[in-house]
Amino acid sequence: MKTFRLGGVHPAENKLSAGSPIREAALPKQAVFSMFQHIGAPAKPVVQKGDVVKVGTLLGEAGGFVSAPIYSSVSGKVAKVDAALDASGTRRLAVYVDVEGDEWEESIDRSTELVKLSERPELDAKTIVEKIKNAGIVGMGGATFPCHVKLCPPPGCKAECVIINAVECEPYLTADHRLMLEHADEILEGVELIMKAVDVTRGYVGIENNKPDAIALMQEKAQSHPNIEIVPLKVKYPQGGEKQLIDAVIGRQVPAPPAIPINVGAVVQNVGTAFAIYQAVMKNKPLIDRVITVTGKSVKNPSNLMARLGTPFQQLIDECGGLPEDTGKIIGGGPMMGKALMSLEVPMTKGSSGLLIMNKKEARRSEPDPCIRCAKCVSACPMGLEPYLLASVSAQHDWETAENNDIVSCIECGSCQFTCPSRRPLLDNIRLGKSTVMGIIRSRAAAAKK
Amino acid sequence: MSKLIVSLSPHVHGGDSVQKNMYGVCIALVPALLASLWFFGLGAAIVLATSVLACVFFEWAIAKFLLKTNRCTICDGSAILTGLLLGFNLPSNLPIWIIIIGALVAIGVGKMTFGGLGCNPFNPALVGRVFLLISFPVQMTSWPVPGQLTAVGADAVTGATPLALISAGQLDKLPETTDLLFGQVGGSLGEVSALALLLGLAFMLWRKIITWHIPVSILGTVAVFTGILYLIDPTTFVNPLTHLLTGGMMLGACYMATDYVTSPMTKKGQIIYSICIGFLTVVIRLWGAYPEGMSFAILIMNAFTPLINTYCKPKRFGEVVRKEAAK
Amino acid sequence: MNVILIAVIVLGGIGLISALILYVASKKFAVHEDPRIAQVSEVLPQANCGGCGYPGCSGFATACVKAADGGSLGDLNCAPGGKAVMEKVAGILGLQAGEAAPKVAVVRCNGTCEARPRVVEFNGASSCKIQQMTGMGETMCGYGCLGGGDCVSACLFAAITVNPQTGLAEVDESKCTACGACAKACPRGIIEIRPAGPKGRRMVVLCNNKDKGAVANKACKSACIGCGKCVKTCDKFEAITLENNLAWIDPEKCKMCRKCEEACPKGAIRGFNFPPRKPKAETADNAQQAAAPKAEAPVAAKAETPATEVKQD
Repeated sequence: MKTFRLGGVHPAENKLSAGSPIREAALPKQAVFSMFQHIGAPAKPVVQKGDVVKVGTLLGEAGGFVSAPIYSSVSGKVAKVDAALDASGTRRLAVYVDVEGDEWEESIDRSTELVKLSERPELDAKTIVEKIKNAGIVGMGGATFPCHVKLCPPPGCKAECVIINAVECEPYLTADHRLMLEHADEILEGVELIMKAVDVTRGYVGIENNKPDAIALMQEKAQSHPNIEIVPLKVKYPQGGEKQLIDAVIGRQVPAPPAIPINVGAVVQNVGTAFAIYQAVMKNKPLIDRVITVTGKSVKNPSNLMARLGTPFQQLIDECGGLPEDTGKIIGGGPMMGKALMSLEVPMTKGSSGLLIMNKKEARRSEPDPCIRCAKCVSACPMGLEPYLLASVSAQHDWETAENNDIVSCIECGSCQFTCPSRRPLLDNIRLGKSTVMGIIRSRAAAAKK
Repeated sequence: MSKLIVSLSPHVHGGDSVQKNMYGVCIALVPALLASLWFFGLGAAIVLATSVLACVFFEWAIAKFLLKTNRCTICDGSAILTGLLLGFNLPSNLPIWIIIIGALVAIGVGKMTFGGLGCNPFNPALVGRVFLLISFPVQMTSWPVPGQLTAVGADAVTGATPLALISAGQLDKLPETTDLLFGQVGGSLGEVSALALLLGLAFMLWRKIITWHIPVSILGTVAVFTGILYLIDPTTFVNPLTHLLTGGMMLGACYMATDYVTSPMTKKGQIIYSICIGFLTVVIRLWGAYPEGMSFAILIMNAFTPLINTYCKPKRFGEVVRKEAAK
Repeated sequence: MNVILIAVIVLGGIGLISALILYVASKKFAVHEDPRIAQVSEVLPQANCGGCGYPGCSGFATACVKAADGGSLGDLNCAPGGKAVMEKVAGILGLQAGEAAPKVAVVRCNGTCEARPRVVEFNGASSCKIQQMTGMGETMCGYGCLGGGDCVSACLFAAITVNPQTGLAEVDESKCTACGACAKACPRGIIEIRPAGPKGRRMVVLCNNKDKGAVANKACKSACIGCGKCVKTCDKFEAITLENNLAWIDPEKCKMCRKCEEACPKGAIRGFNFPPRKPKAETADNAQQAAAPKAEAPVAAKAETPATEVKQD
């Protein structure tokens, strides 16, 4: 069975909510839409206090090419446009909407009937990309990179295949798994749309084999899509990393930055993104809701919720049995790459794939021991780096050595720290080094331009 | 509810720890320990107990009174392991005071001077052993004949080890290969039974404490090198199997060369390091002044480990493509 | 005899040849260096702190000599050495030392553990920059001191420490040379290198919070809420400006009247090294009347004449 070649670890899966079907989350009383829900330029608010909005009304327009518009997921009145604490842990510009009723924009088709691409021959690549761009779709796996940018290859690059990331290698999370079980047809139509948008005839859906039901269902449904191949993959973290997935599925390795996946002819999109693309193109529905897994060992009912963006996390956890007594850490996303949250007032964003509650015992890291140079981090690194070295030179602020040892290639997957027997904060220090070195490289490039 | 914790990802840990690895190696040494007790009886027990206790005591005392750290480092198992390995490298009739000096050198000079666990450039147990070998050559090279279960210290009858026989050119007096495998030969405590050591190696590989690279490369190099020599002239050189099963070969290849701290970090580096160890060992055994070369070979290569780490980088992701693009 | 002779000849020969090679090399590859650079280097503190903006003291010495050839030292200044060293440097180069006002590092945060409650706990490598990556850190203030000690490890003069009681970095003025290493190390830019002021006296807004008043107030009891009272109080000298909900005192314009200190409802403005005030009932009241922008700031009586003060270190 296929998998990526270098490194990797096997965290305990803990997919507690795999058996719970997706259910609609209740509407919040007040929804908060951060203008920073994607990588790139923030969206610019186009509403003011007092404006009446419906579901699907534009709240913020894209702030540039690498940016995405933001739509209201609720109907009601704009309460204020002000800074709000978001998942990044900082206060940034957001639009607050007081919810009244649930009124949708007429343009959105709310029927659940499947629309096939073959029924809509008038859709050409340009229209599809335009629709995706206008719907504000970003990478839904957590990276939140604006989707249309990936679908517009830079000059000189030509996509050869589309790879759909249905790996969900993060422990605990089951949102993509459930989405595949419940919306397989729509996802495959979404894949067809992406393939048409980048003009390729080959599509792959990579699924780890810890989801045999999803693989079986997708394979069955894919029989009517001869261009799409379902690729079962051996379970290994971080298979959901873009570069690792390309290596696993088509056996090509993306070179070190600044190379991007399109340089090896691959366009990678998350399975949730494919679903959102289907909805955007066929149903005219902008990105206003997504599936989120609310889970944790102490959570009463670990569930998968279809929740409107902007819903505070507090409400989502209330729907799953409330915040447990022994909560020690709240994580937005999965346990390997998610971000610890300061408070539950943080609203859900386009990239929120999970809400993980850890109890006190799990939450605290053990005290680090000295590095015993066991080289387990070197074996675990999926990028072929030397985490022990990068971490120690970063802690000593030796940026030059860090740069010479390819610190910028680090994908921050956390495999090194996960595997370290001395429980050293390797990734903490590597992040410090990586961000500093990237700053140095940027300023050097800026100086060279002058 | 008390305060939430924030930290950077990853938020989970695989559960591995220094203790697990150190005690794992200790467990892997249990078959060899039993074998040594079986062949050398009380003498072995006294040597091992003294060595382990002395190492743990020195580690504790140095950390507490000289370095004045509050951190308790004796619980991580590394001192116990050093003690065990040092004991395994000593003959069973060694006087207790010599063992204590060995432990002091191993822990004091070999490990704590450099800053304790993780900082030592040389394998501490080997530093202790080589110090004793050079300082007390007579006591360190008179090995009791196995089977004297109650003989302690000077009472034990000593005899020549297979390696001494090889060195002296008395190839016809060598014991049977099966005796070498099970340990019915004279020698240091831990090196007599190759089978027990291999059992421990299997355990370590199964628990993923070490990878196969170092032991297999060392043993392979020795087998190939001595095999070539044996093919050239079977009358002066012994067969490769005898080389593999005698002396500290197994102990060194499986437990000493694989020491985390002093071996290279990358697979490529580990293979280079191991091949050099195997080569040096054979050279010292066949043409050096000492009958056994394992400890010297490992120490020499320990010194080269930082250099190997600097030049042997792991294969980076995308490197293949990068090279293709360069063409 | 013969053996000794051979040994002497061989060794002597080797010595002679080596000496020749060395002599030729030293002549041929000699690098001419301005002797003044070495002289200037000698009087510099040799801390290699980089506070001057040059790579180490020798780099600074080279720059001084170069500048001296141009006629003046310009704004070259060795912060750790201070005036005394710069005078010596100027003396060597035959110039007049410029007047550089002594400066000092100021930690612009007053969010002690009581004033700024820790709402979450950071668990990770001890570094401000790493803590900063989690977002706001342990408090709800995204601008205040993180207490991780990046500045402490950056300081070559052991002049800055993190007080475990307050959780804040504190500068020891007697040791601080204003080299600016801490200011560069701080990921939040809290540390400002300010003129130390006459007799070490200066007025500083001890806050860096640019949030709106209500948010800042909720996060920290001693945060600047941008109410502007200090600006009104200082309308005569216009030394205080309010930008992004944060007041800033211009050290050039400040006349050290200390009225702003009394006007500030949050106690965010503090005077350093002033003599102790006479106890006054109304000052205590002011501190309690939190954030009422329209309320008239009771202008304090004239600041005491600084006649009998003792300089506090």
